[in-house]
Amino acid sequence: MRNSKKRVSWRVAQVVISSLVGLAIVGAFVWATQGRDMPVLNPKGIIADQQQVLILITVGLGVFVVVPVFILLFAIAFRYRVGNTKAKYDPELEGSKVLEAVWWGIPLIIILILAIITAISTHALDPYKKIESSTAPVKVQVVALQWKWLFIYPDQDIATVNYLTIPDNTPIELSITADAPMNSFWVPALAGQVYAMTGMSTKLSFMADAPGEYRGASANISGEGSADMSFMVRSVSKTDFSHWLYKSSYSPNMLSWDTYEKLAQPSRGDGEKTYVVTGKDLYNQIVMKYMDSGSSSQPHTNTQTDHTMNGMDMSGMGM
Amino acid sequence: MIDQIMQTLFGRLTPQDFVHDPIMAGAGIAMVGALILAIAAVTFFKKWKWLWQNWITSLDPKKIGIMYIIVSIIMLLRGFGDALLLRAQQVVNDANGVEILSSDHFQQIFSAHGSIMIFFVAMGLVFGVFNLILPQQLGSRDVAFPFLNSVSFWLFFAGMIIINMPLVVGEFSNAGWLAYPPLSGLQYNPGTGVDYWIWSLQIAGIGSLLSGINFFVTILKMRAPGMGLMKMPIFAWSALGSTALIMFAFPILTVTLALLSLDRLIDTNFFTTTLGGSAMLYINLIWAWGHPEVYILVLPAFGIFSEVVATFSGKKLFGYTSMVLAIIAITILSFTVWLHHFFTMGAGADVNTFFGIMTMIIAIPTGVKVFNWIFTMYRGRVRFTTPMLWFMGFIVTFTIGGLTGVMMSVPAADFQFHNSLFLVAHFHNMIVGGVLFGVFAAFTYWFPKFTGFMLNERLGKMAFWSWLVGFILAFGPLYILGFMGAIRRMDHYDPSLGWQGLFIVAGVGILFMGLGVLFQLAQVAYSIWKRKEHAVGPDPWNARTLEWATATPPAEYVFATIPTVTTRDAFWQMKKDHKTNDRPEHYEDIWLPKNRSEGFIVGMAALVFGAAVVWHIWWLLIVSLLIVIVVLVVALTRDDTEKRIPAEEIAREELRRATV
Repeated sequence: MRNSKKRVSWRVAQVVISSLVGLAIVGAFVWATQGRDMPVLNPKGIIADQQQVLILITVGLGVFVVVPVFILLFAIAFRYRVGNTKAKYDPELEGSKVLEAVWWGIPLIIILILAIITAISTHALDPYKKIESSTAPVKVQVVALQWKWLFIYPDQDIATVNYLTIPDNTPIELSITADAPMNSFWVPALAGQVYAMTGMSTKLSFMADAPGEYRGASANISGEGSADMSFMVRSVSKTDFSHWLYKSSYSPNMLSWDTYEKLAQPSRGDGEKTYVVTGKDLYNQIVMKYMDSGSSSQPHTNTQTDHTMNGMDMSGMGM
Repeated sequence: MIDQIMQTLFGRLTPQDFVHDPIMAGAGIAMVGALILAIAAVTFFKKWKWLWQNWITSLDPKKIGIMYIIVSIIMLLRGFGDALLLRAQQVVNDANGVEILSSDHFQQIFSAHGSIMIFFVAMGLVFGVFNLILPQQLGSRDVAFPFLNSVSFWLFFAGMIIINMPLVVGEFSNAGWLAYPPLSGLQYNPGTGVDYWIWSLQIAGIGSLLSGINFFVTILKMRAPGMGLMKMPIFAWSALGSTALIMFAFPILTVTLALLSLDRLIDTNFFTTTLGGSAMLYINLIWAWGHPEVYILVLPAFGIFSEVVATFSGKKLFGYTSMVLAIIAITILSFTVWLHHFFTMGAGADVNTFFGIMTMIIAIPTGVKVFNWIFTMYRGRVRFTTPMLWFMGFIVTFTIGGLTGVMMSVPAADFQFHNSLFLVAHFHNMIVGGVLFGVFAAFTYWFPKFTGFMLNERLGKMAFWSWLVGFILAFGPLYILGFMGAIRRMDHYDPSLGWQGLFIVAGVGILFMGLGVLFQLAQVAYSIWKRKEHAVGPDPWNARTLEWATATPPAEYVFATIPTVTTRDAFWQMKKDHKTNDRPEHYEDIWLPKNRSEGFIVGMAALVFGAAVVWHIWWLLIVSLLIVIVVLVVALTRDDTEKRIPAEEIAREELRRATV
């Protein structure tokens, strides 16, 4: 009698303790996330918008498996606990063709749906695809350096370091390379990332919905100063963008090949800078810099600005 | 002149290489101190002979398995310490100019954390469990190639020492656990760090490859009579899948590391951008190994949970054939998904679509396994022992990890997750919640088999709950931080982003996991201290498979007579037929492998070889390589390799064990 009383109070204590722990965990999460910005779930650009929808669809489909798993796990474990002698015990039960068919079948159907979504979305959101818009696109060439980002506006002969000013509701077409270890260009509020690699030029397009400041970073380590490689994307109205261009064209800093080579030296904690580009075809030279010494084994008659990897340059790599 | 002599003698090693910052020096001194203490203790208690005869030169898989597990536990503590430092740095975030770790040191630590946890914790634990359980579960006395087994272990050991050497001399790689070029190339990393990484993994990796071959052959050729493939315990099936993957995947790693090393040693240009090389080639190759590696680790965990859930439900595993098919499907599919690790590299939409869909297809057989595990409890009698708690925790965490994995398998969505802390949370979900929980379950489940006493259940349950709470707190915030745009491997971030709170929660989570580790250490210590009270017979859990049919702890020869198998769950059948106490009329002589010192010598020579390459000491490299070759040739041409245990001795031993 006394023993069973003790057991009951231990049960109660267990329930109280686990509820308190649960509450504390929830409380900690609420405390740490409240009021924080989640750019992936709170996107500000047409590409990131679609990526967010895609993420939500995937989670929605996944819930069809996850929820039954959790319910079955706890329900079955509870029902067939050793103390419950009323439950049926069938130690020789080996399986069930019907049930197994169900759980080969249902995930199969879910994955089939997801595969179709994947095929469509991967093509629709191919970073190399240009955004259709009535507004003419702005081209930007992005160079990852040790440890800062250089943005060149080839049509305006302006360059910036560690910030990117863009007009809103205008497609921004980026060509991305590196003159450094591999980096990854990522502005979560605007679009998912693409690698920045030496000797090649990858592409990405995005378009901001509205004026605002969006944080970008390099998602791949590139040496000591990797964590310093964050930058700001400033989306402004089209008039403000013109003003900014005008103002920038009076910048006292000139970017030629010589000044570029100085800029490309490893450095940390560089602030924002604005340049007037005087060097010709700078981006192309940076990409080709890594190709010249390979001339004996890989003749480069191709002088096109972007020798992209689209169409799988990697096909020759023995995959 | 003297400089030249010194350079010939010591390569690029100079006294300055021994100078370290306080944290690293502290760790190095602690490590060397512990080693000296251990050596002193062995000498003081006059245990050298015992150590040499019973452990170092032993070819007994039960001994080798225990050595794997001890090394892995020590490395788990090291990797855990690394994790603590990393999180401490991110919690403090250089506030008020307090810098716990420099950027470079921080990067060395996360590179070491990843490499150690995968190669010297997860792999070591898996091989440890293979060694201890597989032969017995198959009704065999030994593995197919006992000497090879010893060589594998000592190569693993050598790799382990090399990865810890930078604590004392030189520096470690700062290029992450997979060392992508060009960052890991000569241009950006001329020091010893990447070389340490390469040669630690290379030497341990060759050991893993040899082990993989060994256990693959063991499973195929050493099963007890009557045990057809479809009568094998499901753990053996999972090991078959895992070792098949090792045989196909590890040669890729060996070649990739060799090419990277050539780039660094003689300036070839396989992975540079110049001279026709390509870093993308490296990234493809390393993941063609790296993705199967995930399944090499997790398949055995699947096998462990299959055994655990069947035993503690007192019931046959639900859907055995489905389980086998799922393992085969996962094994094959795991070679077709590697590109999902770099959807962001700019491959076309068609390529990304293919690899995305292949990746999500793996979710189907994995999902089938989850449902089969759950339904194994259906109409069972479920006992919630510690291994079963790990099972429940595993299903919950693994299902969440599976969901986030599928989320990342959609390429266009992955662009938002790649290299973020979301990804970090996902793979810890799989490796901690899957592999580590699996090994913890295995440890508690099979511990009494090899010691004759149980682990204390109460401390075990406290460890479980600490780990579970810690797990939720440590990795939940990382998912959220991923949505906030936080990338992995940051040693500092802009405080205005408001990420610090989540890093603090994650840090608290690590402390809870640390509490779990303390409970586990206490559990082992307490159980050993009170071993008389925890003592049990050979079948403490009412288990189902053959490894429980032998004495506890098992004799060196394991099975006095090799059993004949008629059904799955062979031991369960023996118990039903009341045949567990059957003794044969007479015993036969048993031949077991003799102790061999060559495995240890090869391992130590490989260790010297590794250090010689790292420091460019060419004469030492040649000498150590020659030792490896000569010792192997001598070892492999020896005939007198087995010892006889006479039948009378077996009869006496069996009688003694029966009467205890």
